[in-house]
Amino acid sequence: MLKILKYSFYDLIRSRWSYVYFLFYLALGFVLLFLNNDVSKAVITLMNVIIVLIPLIGTIFGVMYYYNSREFTELLLAQPIKRSSIFMGQYFGVAGSLTLSLVLGLGIPFVLYGLLRSNAIFDFSLLLITGAFLTFIFVGLSFVIAISNENKIKGFGYAVLLWLFLAVVYDGLFLMSLIVFEEYPLDTFSLVATALNPIDLSRILILLKLDISALLGYTGAIFKKFFGTDLGFLISIAILLLWTILPILGLRYKAGKKDF
Amino acid sequence: MTIAINNLHKRFGKNQVLKGIDLSIDEGRIYAILGPNGSGKTTLIKSILGMVIPDKGEISVLEQSIKKGWKYRKKIDYLPQIANFPPNIKVKELINMIKDLRNAPSTEAELIQLFGLEPFLNKKLSTLSGGTKQKVNIILTFMFDSPLIILDEPTTGLDPRALIRLKELIQKEKTNGKTILITSHIMQFVEETADEILYLLEGEIYFKGSIQKLLEQTKQTNFEHAIAAITTGSHA
Repeated sequence: MLKILKYSFYDLIRSRWSYVYFLFYLALGFVLLFLNNDVSKAVITLMNVIIVLIPLIGTIFGVMYYYNSREFTELLLAQPIKRSSIFMGQYFGVAGSLTLSLVLGLGIPFVLYGLLRSNAIFDFSLLLITGAFLTFIFVGLSFVIAISNENKIKGFGYAVLLWLFLAVVYDGLFLMSLIVFEEYPLDTFSLVATALNPIDLSRILILLKLDISALLGYTGAIFKKFFGTDLGFLISIAILLLWTILPILGLRYKAGKKDF
Repeated sequence: MTIAINNLHKRFGKNQVLKGIDLSIDEGRIYAILGPNGSGKTTLIKSILGMVIPDKGEISVLEQSIKKGWKYRKKIDYLPQIANFPPNIKVKELINMIKDLRNAPSTEAELIQLFGLEPFLNKKLSTLSGGTKQKVNIILTFMFDSPLIILDEPTTGLDPRALIRLKELIQKEKTNGKTILITSHIMQFVEETADEILYLLEGEIYFKGSIQKLLEQTKQTNFEHAIAAITTGSHA
């Protein structure tokens, strides 16, 4: 698996899109720090961009990489390599190189700015950790979709729909249900509904660490009570881990049964 | 017995491609797998390689069941039908990559010289012509020393000179005691190289035997006509 990972990783690191992605974060980091002059505020703005963008890029990169490397995959399948190793190697190659772009792209400007001496280091690390989680989750989901669909256009469509659902539609449904059922106690419901969507969960995790949950009103207090504690934090990380592992298992299962 | 196949079935959707193939391949001979388009030749080969997972049936390669295994592929050199290579890497890089992945001794320098590929080593695969790609394909297949060689349409796109080299290469490997499976639609090539013919029709083995036996059964004097005539009567 490590050899495949190495080749996929180098292949991607050399590709133009990795640089574009890296330079985008680099520019974003510099601009935000320069304009805001305040690390905490920069982290909030970054969060808003990242929480939507990372899943989108992860999804698109994952699907594109899978379909573009089909020839390479077929070549590998005839070699003495375990099937699951081929797909795991490619998956970790894509997710790893995207995560590297994110960490380096955002890390460099923040380190230059003097992050290591500021208090925001934990908020910032949390931002990068959730970013990494979201990358692995969405690359995994897109790989599962791509391997299940021979047809490129269909696979691409489903993957983008999934992103759209989790990033936009889910929130809409969530808000609508809050309004429709406003006469009922919704504390538990909103907690569970947030925890089930990796994008929402990441957002809440970061917001609560930034101590601006007062802005969220009464619900915010409940959230703070749950996610703000160590236990809540651990549960959230566990859910993110689960979201990461499930697509990987799905990918292994699908890869073991597919004909090439 | 190099390969033993027992009651192999495979369907893709509604299309039943293989309908109970029983086959044994003996060591040190050259077998040609023939049959009309869509008769299941490639599916059969891919099943042996583990790229296609059979619905039913047993395959064993070198006395080892291939189910869930992958190490047996160390004993197989496979030339795929359509040389689909990753477009953005150079020929040299591809050769080194496969060498690295297989981690076995290889003789690529000799083969590169044999097929005159030196000028292309630093070119990207997407810029190569079909014939040149096929030469790269052949080098990747023959550079390792494995007891079983499977060639899916090896002659595609080759110029006459390269074709002669390929035939010599196949004969050389045969004298080294290797077992070779070939599919081809070029009957002259099959006639020159193969010891035994396997004729697939609609997912079943319709004929198995030497060219001589085929000619006698079909009462033809010409191999190409014999193949064409094979399905018009009951000869199997």
